[in-house]
Amino acid sequence: MAEYHLKTPIPEEEIRKLRVGDILFVSGRVITARDEAHQRAVEYHEEGKKLPVEFEGNILYHCGPIVKKVDGEWIFISAGPTTSTRMEYIEPTFIKYFRPRVIVGKGGLKEGTLEALGKYGAVYAIFPGGLGAKAALAVKKVVGVEWIDLGTPEALWILEVENFGPLIVTMDTHGESIHRDIEEEAKTRLDDILKKL
Amino acid sequence: MSRDLRSILVDALVRQTKLAVTTLPDDVKNAIKTAYEKESNPVAKKILASIIDNYTMSEESGRPMCQDTGTLIWYVEVGADFPLLLELEDIIKDAAREATVKVPIRPNAVDPIRAKNSGDNTGRFMPWINWEIREGDDVILTLLPKGGGSEFTSQLRMISPGLGIKGVKEAVIRAVYEAGGKPCPPIIVGVGIGGGADIALKLGKMALLRPLDKRHEEPEVAQLEEELLEKLNSLGIGPMGLGGDTTVLGVNVEYAYRHPATLPVAIVTQCWAARRATIRVTKDGEVEFLSHNVKLEDIKL
Repeated sequence: MAEYHLKTPIPEEEIRKLRVGDILFVSGRVITARDEAHQRAVEYHEEGKKLPVEFEGNILYHCGPIVKKVDGEWIFISAGPTTSTRMEYIEPTFIKYFRPRVIVGKGGLKEGTLEALGKYGAVYAIFPGGLGAKAALAVKKVVGVEWIDLGTPEALWILEVENFGPLIVTMDTHGESIHRDIEEEAKTRLDDILKKL
Repeated sequence: MSRDLRSILVDALVRQTKLAVTTLPDDVKNAIKTAYEKESNPVAKKILASIIDNYTMSEESGRPMCQDTGTLIWYVEVGADFPLLLELEDIIKDAAREATVKVPIRPNAVDPIRAKNSGDNTGRFMPWINWEIREGDDVILTLLPKGGGSEFTSQLRMISPGLGIKGVKEAVIRAVYEAGGKPCPPIIVGVGIGGGADIALKLGKMALLRPLDKRHEEPEVAQLEEELLEKLNSLGIGPMGLGGDTTVLGVNVEYAYRHPATLPVAIVTQCWAARRATIRVTKDGEVEFLSHNVKLEDIKL
């Protein structure tokens, strides 16, 4: 369980050093994207259109924030993670096309994504669910917003963050997944508990 | 006078909403702190520490602790002689609209037929109101902003009555196992037993209103709560599903007599951000908090 302070853009070799259980604090560029932004981004790529943001080397954050506009400037009020599993169907393609280095969310992703992480050099890390105030206070500046027509929770928010964390690496480039391990362990324990009822 | 009371009420409910989404009740904070002290898994301990960090920052900065400020569920206990009894539903809707902008809370009311978000936390049957009308001229209003991630893993299981209490326990344990890390553990489990399908779910959700340091008043039920707590924590799911000793902060059971042929078990899962706030308003417009040690005027919008 090592602790790392990383700055974007993060080189691929740095990411390949990480192991599940490592704790990260990141500074630099974070871009939020949920279900609909994932969908549109992949469609853009397949139609040969350029995205309005650059994911490569940066952090992709599964998050639908509460935002507020004050004197023409967007402010992040509360911005914890959303459930990543909903993006599983599209995440491996997203990683292949856009090469984010760290994907942050909650709840974990599945085998398809695990394979893509190893292949393209990225990790999945959780930010503990519900830590909306803590995440928002790590946002130093809202650099921009794209695809606001999707609604404020679904838009691509481009953020400058400082010491955003603790992010806990739960899926790495070496094929390890804490989510898979804990699920298996809990199943064994469940059977044991039910037998003794 | 009654127009005044109306605006006092709307303002009080908006402030109450702000308090609910920024300040956890003491019993929940204490349960998280105790879990942090006892936790032996280092990753789990780190997560619990960051949860404590977050609710402290939320309280100090006035920002919602979680960006999912939930579905607004109200429990209204109103005296039949309260002057604005018939206007309460309207008042609650007005307060939801105002809170969406002033707190702010996230617009979380979506039309399920047309897939459209109303944008202001109101809509058909929203906010949802559970009514109880009794004698008197005051009103007690409890807000339970229920997060969507943890609602997603709630379950109703209709089990064979022959399985008895053992079947009830199995239903609860299986539901929490299936929920895994999805409802943002450590969670609180509200269990509703008996009645009928709808009654069990209502009781399960209502059970979440009981503070975590209070066991059920009937010893057999209290014992069931403690047994379930111990067994659920031995699943090892842990905070955020990454393993550890703390899967569940508390189990609250409520029950109703059932039909001989039916044994409904409702399992309502609630994330660690177990937000709730209760106020009492007199017919003269005096407002007092019953859930938190705070004065209305101290809650800034």
